[in-house]
Amino acid sequence: MTLLFALLRRDLILAARQGGGVGTALGFFLTVLVLLPIGIGPDQITLQRLAPGILWITLLLSVLLSADRIFQQDFEDGSLEVMAMAPASLELVALTKAMAHWLSTSLPLSIAAPFLGILLNLRSEIIWPLTLAMVLGSFALSLLASIGASLTLNLRRGGLLISILVLPLYVPVLVFGMSATTGNPEVIAPSLLILAAITLTSLVLAPIAAAAALRAYLK
Amino acid sequence: MQLTAENLACERGGRTVFSHQNFSLGSGELLQLTGPNGSGKSSLLRLLASLGEPSHGKISLAGGAADLNPGQQAHYISHSDASKSALTVTENLKFWRDFLGGGDLDGALSAVNLAPLADYPVALLSAGQKRRLALARLALVPRAVWLLDEPGVGLDEASLKLLVALMSRHLKAGGLIVAATHVPLGVKADKNLHLDGKAQA
Repeated sequence: MTLLFALLRRDLILAARQGGGVGTALGFFLTVLVLLPIGIGPDQITLQRLAPGILWITLLLSVLLSADRIFQQDFEDGSLEVMAMAPASLELVALTKAMAHWLSTSLPLSIAAPFLGILLNLRSEIIWPLTLAMVLGSFALSLLASIGASLTLNLRRGGLLISILVLPLYVPVLVFGMSATTGNPEVIAPSLLILAAITLTSLVLAPIAAAAALRAYLK
Repeated sequence: MQLTAENLACERGGRTVFSHQNFSLGSGELLQLTGPNGSGKSSLLRLLASLGEPSHGKISLAGGAADLNPGQQAHYISHSDASKSALTVTENLKFWRDFLGGGDLDGALSAVNLAPLADYPVALLSAGQKRRLALARLALVPRAVWLLDEPGVGLDEASLKLLVALMSRHLKAGGLIVAATHVPLGVKADKNLHLDGKAQA
């Protein structure tokens, strides 16, 4: 356990110091949310109807934007080889790194998103369901992104390929994330539960898939 | 402790790099790997580090921990330094200490003469200093088997002496070293394995 905490701590320090991944993701997120209302026009009712969908899709894309950083640097500087020789299984290493990505990128974005939704005239009563859904769903987003990141490990400019690989996996998160924010109080709880189920499933399966891809690359 | 390779073969990208390699290494012994570029020295070290599966044959480490594979009881110093330029020397070593299971941080820093640079960000270190930081892992976390891939590259004379001292101390304490090298290391090799690059089918 101490070993995984050490890894989590190091990845968070690196994310804070290098800034690149998180900064780019946050900047992208903010830019899209500022530009969209200008592009769509000042019609407040249209904006209000589109707001949750725009927020979700921007979140998905921002998470993907920083996904290639999950493993790539550690692969390039040889750290991943040393990690593979530690007494911890590579699955737990992959899980910890996905968690570091969530804590440093997806979670801050998903907490900020509903409040940035004010720019899109987001209805105030769905701010809380949306926050909850995004916090739950964003963990699944980071976990699924780690699969894409591990599969494109030694590809320069693998970002686009990650998107193609991972976006289909994001569909369930998007569907139930959206249904939690329709404003209909009867579907909020079931949607959140299904989102939680998706996150838990990814929690189990994504590290196994990512570790398998990492092993193949380390050979 | 006994590191044994039986009838080892390695295949990379459909090409047999080497085959029919046998050796056995006991406590306190140094195996020197030689051979031209591309003859499979690094590939052999990676197999010993359990980073890949041999296409044929078997690697075993007798007398070690039964629940760990040979790689988990070994240090592998490859061509890359496995250090983060955004962290300081101490932060890098602290991470590897915690991640690989404990050790003496100050001892490791002085063993590679990095103590004066302990709080420097790695981004400011020279290539040789980064190499020493990678070698500090050897002194930091006690592990029985050392797999060294050209450990002396980029080191000046004084640092080479530190490396030799580090290796001699490890051998004296009953450790095993497999080192791939083109130049004599300055430590007497107990065994030699020459990979000629002409793999028999």
